[in-house]
Amino acid sequence: MFVSPLREPLIQGHKTYKQISDDICAPVEAAPSKAWMIAVTLSGLLALTGFTMIGITITYGIGMWGLNKTVGWAWDITNFVWWIGIGHAGTLISAILLLFRQKWRTGVNRSAEAMTIFAVICAGLFPIIHMGRVWLAFFIFPYPNTRGPVWVNFNSPLLWDVFAISTYFTVSLVFWYTGLIPDLALVRDRTTSAFKKRMYNIFSFGWKGTAKNWQRFESISLVLAGLSTPLVLSVHTIVSFDFATSVIPGWHTTIFPPYFVAGAIFSGFAMVLTLMLVVRRVFNLQEYITLAHIESMNKVIILTGSIVGVAYITELFTAWYSGNQYEQYAFLNRSTGPYWWSYWGMMTCNVVSPQLFWIKKLRRNIVFTFFMSIFINVGMWFERFVIIVTSTHRDFIPSSWTMYYPTIVEIFIYLGTIGFFMTLFLIFAKVAPVIAVAEVKSILKTSGDQYTGPDAIHHNDDHHKH
Amino acid sequence: MANKKIIYGLYDDEVILIDAVKKVRAEGLKIHDCYTPFPVHGLDDAMGLRMTRLHSAGFIFGATGTLTALTFILWVTTNNYPINYGGKPYLSLPAWIPITFELTVLFASVGMFLTYLYLNRLAPGVKAEIVDERTTSHLFAMTFELDEHTSDSKKEEIRKVLAASGAVEIHEKEL
Repeated sequence: MFVSPLREPLIQGHKTYKQISDDICAPVEAAPSKAWMIAVTLSGLLALTGFTMIGITITYGIGMWGLNKTVGWAWDITNFVWWIGIGHAGTLISAILLLFRQKWRTGVNRSAEAMTIFAVICAGLFPIIHMGRVWLAFFIFPYPNTRGPVWVNFNSPLLWDVFAISTYFTVSLVFWYTGLIPDLALVRDRTTSAFKKRMYNIFSFGWKGTAKNWQRFESISLVLAGLSTPLVLSVHTIVSFDFATSVIPGWHTTIFPPYFVAGAIFSGFAMVLTLMLVVRRVFNLQEYITLAHIESMNKVIILTGSIVGVAYITELFTAWYSGNQYEQYAFLNRSTGPYWWSYWGMMTCNVVSPQLFWIKKLRRNIVFTFFMSIFINVGMWFERFVIIVTSTHRDFIPSSWTMYYPTIVEIFIYLGTIGFFMTLFLIFAKVAPVIAVAEVKSILKTSGDQYTGPDAIHHNDDHHKH
Repeated sequence: MANKKIIYGLYDDEVILIDAVKKVRAEGLKIHDCYTPFPVHGLDDAMGLRMTRLHSAGFIFGATGTLTALTFILWVTTNNYPINYGGKPYLSLPAWIPITFELTVLFASVGMFLTYLYLNRLAPGVKAEIVDERTTSHLFAMTFELDEHTSDSKKEEIRKVLAASGAVEIHEKEL
């Protein structure tokens, strides 16, 4: 396949197929390091604290949170939307970039998809616990019952969300596992421990890698990518409908679907960068997750960050231009009211800071990128907080105007999901190859640095055309 | 089949493998299968494999999802328990599109995945019949089936062709 000579190599160090297997499987095969044990213990403890707080919420009720009559949604839904948004990068990388034939996706898609699945698990916790009576959570599914039967409201965006999130989780899991099967088979065939061999044999489903196996693999990957692409766009669109179809000033805007989708991809890439910059260093995978990968992701961040910035400004303009005083006040209150700091925090982190990535030097600076990715994660959390809390805390009747403050229970539930997310990710990174080995091998001949770029020793015309 | 005897050649590059497949087929030998560590483009054509019909299955599953969602919501909202939501019509098709879309994707993906597992004989706990443990890592295998009627001269011919086509190792094995 033709690759432009301008493309940077994506695999460095003149790797052979054998070396690729060795390098990527090394962290899985080595005994858990001390740093890993400490990290998993700490994040596990944080997760445990969070689950304890969820237990307290379920035992004593939603009164344990800082919600009140005016602000009925706050940190719970903020965290839900934040986690769902983070989940979007995985599917974007593995599905949309597969359709666009972007080769750099092979270095990061496996971890990004894992991140998606874990983020969706964390997200899913919040709508369930905010119902209060979690043991009745199954009411959200349409099932035959003895109460009529009264069915769920199929015209409600909240129900659409139930279908969107559960479908998204299932399809992401299927997509991720399809790619994981051949790589787990690789670990199975390399390991010498009988126990590990048995475990990996179970989880690799008896993969053989025959020509017909791979032909079907390619077919299902392409179709799943094609299905996931509109799916990922629909999920955050539907999340935005939860707000956009209401009559709350600040929520009922038609710009929400594209604005939420761009924001989701923006925050998702930030989280991928946060994780991958650590993973590549700890697991010594700098030759597979190169500066070219990081730069590509930073370019996506400039694009989506700019879309988000334009959306913020459009919202302000529309509020002014609408001539609707409630709409106008909602935005005036956001930027100058008692929650002004969250609004300006959001503006700085999401609109101003990603513009620095126009400078190539900063785009390729690892330390700078790492801090930026944290900034964006914080900014995107503020965005959801701004939309949810500042739109509701001063409602139509000034006598019910109030403030919302989180309680310690809410704070630790949020921190607990971060701990839970990290725990799941750390376990994943220890038991499965963090890079899609088979996919990286399939781009070696076009994107390895022995074939392309300044260090090339073979040239593509040396090969016969196939 | 318990005792399947095979003879196989190992290659260390997919370009050589594809050439070898073409050469071997031109000699009139019947290749049993090829094992590769990653998807090799053009290998299925070289081996003369039919295109998979998995994606057609995906379409059928997806269409089933669409129909399931539409007919179910239609039945619930107009027939089984019609509820008046703010004076809106019982049959409000635009509002059903999100769920219809989600179920289409869900049915297509899960149905296709299960079909994929079934066709490839993949399931938790299935013992993999691996020709050589290095074929999931960095070597490419081309295998030929042997039976009790296979003569020694035939085996010798296969070995010769494999060696000539660039195989780095040639082995015989009972699976």
